[in-house]
Formats: sequence, structure tokens, C-alpha cells
Amino acid sequence: MISYLVKRVLMLVPVFLAVSVVVFLILHFIPGDPIDNLLKVGSSPSARVEMEARYGLDRPLPVQYGIWLGKVLQGDLGTAIVARRPVADLIAQALPHSLWLGGLALLFSSVLGIALGLIAALNRDRWPDRAIMGGVLLGSTMPSFWLGLILMLVFSVWLGWFPVSGARGWGSLVLPVLTIGLGGTALVARITRVSMIEAAGRDFVLLLHAKGLSPLRIQLRHVLRHALIPVVTILALRIGWILGGAVTVEVVFARPGLGTLLIKSLSQHDYPVVQACLLMLAMAVMLGTLLGDILQALMDPRVRAAMA
Amino acid sequence: MSAPAPLRALRRPLGAVAGLWLALVLLAAVFAPLLTPYAYDVQSLPDAYQPPSSAHWLGTDEFGRDLLTRLIYGARTSLSVSATAIAISVFCGMVLGAAAAWFGGWLDRAVTVVVDLTWSFPEILIALILVAIIGPGTLGTMIAISVAYLAQFTRLTRAQILTLKGETFIEAARSLGAGNAQILFGHLLPNALAPVLVGAMLATGDAIILEATLGFFGLGAQPPVPSWGGMMSAGSALVFKAPWVILFPGLTVAITVVAINLYGDALIAALDIRAKLRTGP
Repeated sequence: MISYLVKRVLMLVPVFLAVSVVVFLILHFIPGDPIDNLLKVGSSPSARVEMEARYGLDRPLPVQYGIWLGKVLQGDLGTAIVARRPVADLIAQALPHSLWLGGLALLFSSVLGIALGLIAALNRDRWPDRAIMGGVLLGSTMPSFWLGLILMLVFSVWLGWFPVSGARGWGSLVLPVLTIGLGGTALVARITRVSMIEAAGRDFVLLLHAKGLSPLRIQLRHVLRHALIPVVTILALRIGWILGGAVTVEVVFARPGLGTLLIKSLSQHDYPVVQACLLMLAMAVMLGTLLGDILQALMDPRVRAAMA
Repeated sequence: MSAPAPLRALRRPLGAVAGLWLALVLLAAVFAPLLTPYAYDVQSLPDAYQPPSSAHWLGTDEFGRDLLTRLIYGARTSLSVSATAIAISVFCGMVLGAAAAWFGGWLDRAVTVVVDLTWSFPEILIALILVAIIGPGTLGTMIAISVAYLAQFTRLTRAQILTLKGETFIEAARSLGAGNAQILFGHLLPNALAPVLVGAMLATGDAIILEATLGFFGLGAQPPVPSWGGMMSAGSALVFKAPWVILFPGLTVAITVVAINLYGDALIAALDIRAKLRTGP
């Protein structure tokens, strides 16, 4: 297990480097110069040169990349050009909001998705299955920002149960979590259902039936355990997607998370902040996949053997 | 010889309902000027925020423009941007995927690495970055969406060609003296086409949502040209004042995407290619 873990973590290094190059480079193609935002109208060209030198924008690109990566590895994400504060501070402020939102949404969509998938698989091709799969299809086809706005309309405006927006108190988390979670539920329910049905057709299930175990016990104790392996993989992959969904939903509910920060700094051409946000989201995606692979290796010895 | 698959898909009840809705939306988009007495871009402030009525079936927006009119014209933008983007994506994906699978070696490894890398990122993030680079508008949205879905089609085509390469009929064609190009374009690609096209259809549904999301951020088609997402860009501010302005465009997006999925499912059943759509790990 240890050797598997070491190999898997080492595999992340080239991926991280590739992502960091892309994140660094891409932002230099963006039109619009942040220096324009900083200079007062009518500043002299020499003021501009001085400003460029201060932020290192006059150096060749590979040098800029080297300096940037070295600082990032030490936890120094630079200074926000427009907000004029350390980027690390901005990220540290935004990250907890996004982590809570994403974590709760992941939990919500896995619990609900697995439960729905289980019920659908147990009632395969009967009305509960059809109803659940129909509902799940509907849920996955709604744009998440729209679902958020509609939930806001019903539960905040008409019923007045939850605050409309912002990040004060736990009540403000309910609607954003529901919005992101409902989108994720669809995929989890679908995968759970399919892999339950697939696992139920295996030989060992026949043997368990022959042994005289009750069908429900077989389904819950044995089939579900097998069926959960692909579900865990998908859930881990979902971490990035849930963060992606969080970008839109945070903007809709005006929550001060990474997504709101990313959209805001994108429109202000604030390179360092955009880079940091993208790097954080990319790292979350990578850590999510890592977590999923480790969980899978813990659950399934064949995966460990294949890597060793 | 039975009817072609797109027609056979209509024989299933759900496929028929879905096909009907899609046909309706397409026809409305094409014949937009004939269907409505209003213009999509003429502002009339005294008529602002009117709830649905007999004069304005779906109400009016914050500038007093008829919502149904803007929805119909919006279908032109949203559908053409999404469909064109996916078409570009499918074409490039097929070229890349087929080249990777056919030539193998370093090309295959390079393509796989890049595809796996982009595959793990949410499409909305990829699209946001690209729109930021290219600039907001229909062109930016189109390119952003096509790049966001490129990995999916490259992967699907590559998997298809790799499986087909080992089939007996390819061996037979080769032993009969068929050249590389003949095998690739005459035998492999035509057989890989059906699953890729169905995948493209389903992706068009996702692309409509992505286009709407970019429009919602104000990054899609620029005013006064209506798009389904752009119509909702006033966002939470309007939810209190005129909920119908938000409700109907979103509902149209959702119903259209459901219809695309249902019709796609019926098409998969009619073509009998469910197993082929799996791209594997």
C-alpha cells in the first residue's frame, strides 16, 4: 500500500508542473493590461516603465515563470495588482467559503445520489426506478445558476425561509448547497444504479442466494459494496466539477468564495489573483483524483497489485 | 431496408415528444420574424416589467421588450452557437483522435496526456479562461465551447479506432491490398462515426447550458442580440421584481436540453450502439 501511495503521489509532480505552466502562460495572452488600471490618466511613459519593473512584467517570460513558480512553492502568491493586497490573503479569505460549500454539496449529492440509485436499482424497470431516473435527468439538465435563482425565488422571496444572499450564518449555505448538490446527484444516482445492476449479475451473488441469505441483505451488504467502487471514483472526479459549479453558484448567491474572486479578478485583469484561483481549483481537481485513487486502492486489492 | 435511424427514434413515445419539441424550437428560430409582431431590440420603457398577459404572452423585460420575441430570436443565437461549437469540436476531435490511434507512438502519448489533463477540468473553467483570452461575444463563446469539449471527442474517436483496428474486417481489407488511407477513411472512420455523432448530439445539450452560463456572466452574445443565457444576466436583481424574466429562458433551456437527451437516448436505442459509447478509463 505504501509503495502504491508513493508512486501515485510522484505521478502528480509532472501534472502539477504542466498545469502551472498552462496557468502561468494562459494569463499572458489575455488582452487588457493591468498597468492601465493602475496608472493615472496622463502619466508619463517613465512612470509606466517603473510600474512594469516593479511587478516584473519587463522580464522574459521563462524568467517570469521561474520566479513565479519559486515563490508559489514558498506560499507566496504575489500581490494583487488591483486590490493591492497579498494574493495569499485574498485566497485564504475566500477558500474556507468555497471548501464548506463544496464539501457540503459533495456530501449532500453523494448521500442522496447513492440512496436514489439504490432505490432505483432495487426497483429496476418499475415505477420508482422510472420516476427517480426521470427526476434525475431533469435535475441534470437545468443550468445551475438558473436552479439557484429559482430556489432563491421560492425559498427566500416567497417563503422567506433562508437569506437571499451573502455568507452570514448557516442558513445562507442551504440554498447554494442544494443548488450544486442537486446537479451532482444525477450522475451519482445513475452510476450507482448501473453498477448495482451490473454487480447483481455476478456469480458470487448467485452463490449468496444459494447460501440462503435474504435478498435485501445480499443487496445492501454485498452488492452495494461492490457497486460503490466506481461511485467513489466518480465522486472524487466530481470534486473539480463541484468547484466548477461553485463558481457560478457563488456568483448567483453573492458568496465571497473562490468563484466570485475568480470572476471578479478576470474582469479586472488582475493576473496574480486569477492565476492563484485557477491554481487552487486545479490543485483541488488533482487532490480529488488522488483521493479517489487511494480510496479505490483501499477498497480493491487488484488496483494496488496493478500499480506495484 | 428500414427507415433511417433518426426517423426510427421517433417511433418511441419519448423520442417522438422530444423530436417534436426540437422541431418546434428549430422552426421558431428559422421563422422568427413571421411569428411575432414585436422586434427583439426596440426598447419601450413604459411597458417594462409587465407580467404575462394576452398582449405579451410571457411578459416583458426591464426595457419593455416582449419576452417571447426575445426567446424566439434567442434560440437562433443559442442553438447556432452551441451547434457550431460542437461541430468544430467533433471535427477537430475526430482528426486528433484518429491520428493518435492510427499513428500511435509519441503522437498518441502527447495527445493522451493533453486530453487527460483537460478532461479532469470542469468545462466551465476552461471556457471561462478562453473567453477571457478571446474576449466576450459569440465568437469567443463558440471557440471556448469547442475547446472545452475537444477532449471528449478526441477520447471517443481514439477509443473507437483502437477497438476497430483489431477487428477481422480490417485485417481482411488489408490482406486484399487496401492502403493506409483507404483503411482509415474508407473503413475505420465511417464505422466510428455513429457513436461520435450521438455523443455530439448529447454534448450539444451540455453546450447549450454552457453557452447559457457564459451568457449569464455577460460573456456571451452582446446586447441587444438576445441569447437564452444573456436574457438572464440581470440575475438575482430581477428575481424579486419580475421573476418571469428569469423563469422562462431557463425553462426553455431545461426543456430543450431534456428533449435533446431523450431524443439522443431514442437514437442510441435505434442505432443499437449503447456499448460503443463507453470510452473506458
